[in-house]
Amino acid sequence: MAASLPDPDTFLPLPAATFHILIALAKEDRHGYAIMQDVEQRTGGALRLSAGTLYRSIQRMLDQALIRESNERPEPALDDERRRYYRITPLGEAVARAEARRMAELVRMARAQGLVLGSR
Amino acid sequence: MRAYRLLLRLLPASFRLEYGEEMTAMFSERRREATSTLTMLTLWAETIEDIVRNALAAHWDILRQDLHYAVRALARTPGFTATAILVTGLGIGANAAAFSVADFVLIRPLPYVEADRLVKLSEQTPDGGINVVSPALYRDWRTGSPVFQSMGAYFNMGVNLVGEGEPQHLQQSVVTASLFPTLGVRPLRGRTFTAEDERDGGAIILSYSLWQSAFNGDEAIIGKRLLTDGLPREVVGVMPPDFHFPRREIAVWTPMGVALQSDEDRTNTYWEAIARLRSGVTLEQARAQMDALSRQLAQQFPQELEGVSASVARLRDQFSSQSRALLLALCAAAACVLLIACANLANLLLARALTRHQEVVVRVALGAGRERLVRQSITESLLLALLGGALGVGIAVVSLPLLTRLIPTSLPIAQSPVVDLRILMFAGVLSTLTGVAFGAWPAWQSSDTHEVGIANAGARAVGGRRARARAVLVATEIMASVVLLISAGLLLHALVRVQDVEPGFRATNVVALRTALPSPKYDSLPRRAAFYRDVLTEVRAMPGVSGAAYISGLPMASQGGVWPVAIEGEGEVGPRSPHAISRYVTAGFFAALQIPLRRGRDVSEADEMNQPWVAVVSESFVKRHWPNQDPIGKRFTFLTDKRIVVGVVGDVRVRGLERQSEPQVYLSYKQVAELATPFFYPRELVVRSSVSPSSLIPTVRSIVRRIDPEQPVSDIRPMTEIVSDVTAARSVQVRVLGAFAALAFLLAASGIHGLLSFSVSSRQREIGVRMALGAQGREVVRMIVRQALLLAGAGVIPGLVLAYLAGRTMESLLFGVRPNDVVTFTAVAVLCVVMTVIGCLAPALRAVRVDPAIALRAQV
Repeated sequence: MAASLPDPDTFLPLPAATFHILIALAKEDRHGYAIMQDVEQRTGGALRLSAGTLYRSIQRMLDQALIRESNERPEPALDDERRRYYRITPLGEAVARAEARRMAELVRMARAQGLVLGSR
Repeated sequence: MRAYRLLLRLLPASFRLEYGEEMTAMFSERRREATSTLTMLTLWAETIEDIVRNALAAHWDILRQDLHYAVRALARTPGFTATAILVTGLGIGANAAAFSVADFVLIRPLPYVEADRLVKLSEQTPDGGINVVSPALYRDWRTGSPVFQSMGAYFNMGVNLVGEGEPQHLQQSVVTASLFPTLGVRPLRGRTFTAEDERDGGAIILSYSLWQSAFNGDEAIIGKRLLTDGLPREVVGVMPPDFHFPRREIAVWTPMGVALQSDEDRTNTYWEAIARLRSGVTLEQARAQMDALSRQLAQQFPQELEGVSASVARLRDQFSSQSRALLLALCAAAACVLLIACANLANLLLARALTRHQEVVVRVALGAGRERLVRQSITESLLLALLGGALGVGIAVVSLPLLTRLIPTSLPIAQSPVVDLRILMFAGVLSTLTGVAFGAWPAWQSSDTHEVGIANAGARAVGGRRARARAVLVATEIMASVVLLISAGLLLHALVRVQDVEPGFRATNVVALRTALPSPKYDSLPRRAAFYRDVLTEVRAMPGVSGAAYISGLPMASQGGVWPVAIEGEGEVGPRSPHAISRYVTAGFFAALQIPLRRGRDVSEADEMNQPWVAVVSESFVKRHWPNQDPIGKRFTFLTDKRIVVGVVGDVRVRGLERQSEPQVYLSYKQVAELATPFFYPRELVVRSSVSPSSLIPTVRSIVRRIDPEQPVSDIRPMTEIVSDVTAARSVQVRVLGAFAALAFLLAASGIHGLLSFSVSSRQREIGVRMALGAQGREVVRMIVRQALLLAGAGVIPGLVLAYLAGRTMESLLFGVRPNDVVTFTAVAVLCVVMTVIGCLAPALRAVRVDPAIALRAQV
């Protein structure tokens, strides 16, 4: 299957929600609610994904094969039957990396023009 | 949580099934976090916004996907796509065209402010007839009825316009100044009439089309001076293009003079009256009030108004019930065509669904839900239907001019409807319904997961069930086309009957043209007599001309001149007198139109003013007044003057072929009251010739020009056209219905053929087995023909019943043809059976050629 992945650059620029979901899934599998909480925490409460946006993004990302459903379930004690866990795919990782690179590049250009405050 | 689940139903089902549970769980957790009422409210507000926005987006995504898929799928099967679009287009087109005409005539309000408050006021004679009004009675009504906000009156007459190039004969409406405010219309340029114009009478208002055609839309038209019938007039206004009151031929409006308005004679009826109801007053209240007023007036003027009442009818409804019936029949026929087109479309979709069976199996195996498959199919059929709808609008636009003859001339509306937003919306809604209703069913059928499950066991079971569905559709098509064929047949039969009615004169080789002599120029009788004599002498001398004469109103083309009759010794003329149609003629009229002279003589040039005033009456007049007596020499009073009968002629269908006409009385043009209006002057010249009538026209024109250079020649028409015009609405309707029926027939035939072909191919194995077991080709053919006949029977029999019911409802249009006309019914039934047999020939032959060995090996 790993024969030839689509070019990650064709997915760019990513919608903000998609990028956040990829970041949330970068280190571990999560279910929908956990993704939402993670995004909220990481942004200090600034971004709270609504249920509709979250699941529509998930649906599209599944279609695009950026993520997939994970078969591994947590400890039965912690498991909620209704929940599905999502895992980032290699393509998803590549796309997230490409997006991060694109943004870093933008920031570099902005800095060169003195547009970024407190440049370290 | 119930509310939340309800909210989730906005989302596409596939999405909801996939994520609904999790979203609900997430929502309940967030709800637990919400502590105060305020946070709870905020949560709900956010949630609703979120779901609605995402639902719209999700639906849009699916639609885009489905459309993309549908376009690709349709492009892969261009034959199917073209057929489906064409079939739908014909169905929608027929309906859009029929609807736009029906809407224009029956539904759409007239182009005036609050047009539903406008009514037409008429005199109702003691025998229930509707008549025009006398100026005096109009005045009584105007002063005596508080239910109306305002009232206006008018009468129409021809007028000659001189000085703008070739002299022109135009239709003018002479109106009271109150008419325009009553209608609530504003002029496009200038002003409408004032009380002052009624006093000095020198003003004129032009129609938009005259302004454009005769004056090239000259912006400096206001204040310009014209000569009409020799009178100088000043243009004070131009009306907007959509103003056609009281009918669309009217080119100019002139003010009603004070002298006419103060006429005291309550029997001198020639005005038409309209009024605007006060706001809040109903039609019934107005009628009740007018009835009371009429009773009061009848007491006041018993001589003139005894038994006369007022009829109050909506201006909107001023057209014949026949026009309405013709249009409704057309709409019903169009609906039939649409039904057939839809059945055909559903059939095509079902057949297509079968060919895509494998694809469905694969998609179901990949986890596509039934809802998703159905939705995909509906998108596809909707796309087809909308494309068909677009084609249909095109068809409607092209075919509308053919239908304008169905628009009654008595309504103050344009000659033909325009295809506007209303029509587009109608076509759009119809297409959508077609696409959804007739796409959903095949889609639901073909995505039956149960069927899909057993699909691999062999297509036979699936094919069987679907064939039944298709058989129902085909039977429906046959049924609807039987109804259409029979209706068209009955109406055609009626048309032939109407056209077979003897008009009472011979129209072939006669041309009619009008030279309307204007007042006051021709007010003197000797001057008129000289004109007629000079014109007729020269015209009769033209090579090929065998007869020429003048009459004051052509049969079938002119209205009015219906006067009361009192036979000598049977009392005076009163409101209850019988009526007859009056026409002033020159000598030779009967010969020119070949109206048979039964007794006595024609009027002659010797019937001068100072001679006894003579009359030539029709046979029905004699039959009514002097049955079994010699009428020659009998005397009667006609309107105001005493007449003596000198001749009897055959009856003429003055009011058209379908209507009974009053008896006719022909008078010498020289024996007319001194102050008669130009209405009594003979103005229609009829010329019979052995050469082509149209070749005469230039010479006749030059003759008239030589005798009076200012006299226009207008309304040149062969007499045959005048006769065919009275059946024009009918023949247009029959032609349209015939086209609908033919179309329906073809669609039904293709349906039968398609179904049987399909049935043969899906039964190949069975046929193979039968043949292998020794069945003869003949038996196989018989089996298929039997199936076809069953199908035909299932459609034809209910079709015959429905056709009979349809015939009953349009009996008023059938002119005596019975709605169970045996010839028509038998012909259509036979036609349908023959069509069925022909339709099954090819499939039957194919069945006979089935090679049992191949059929058995084919698919097990």
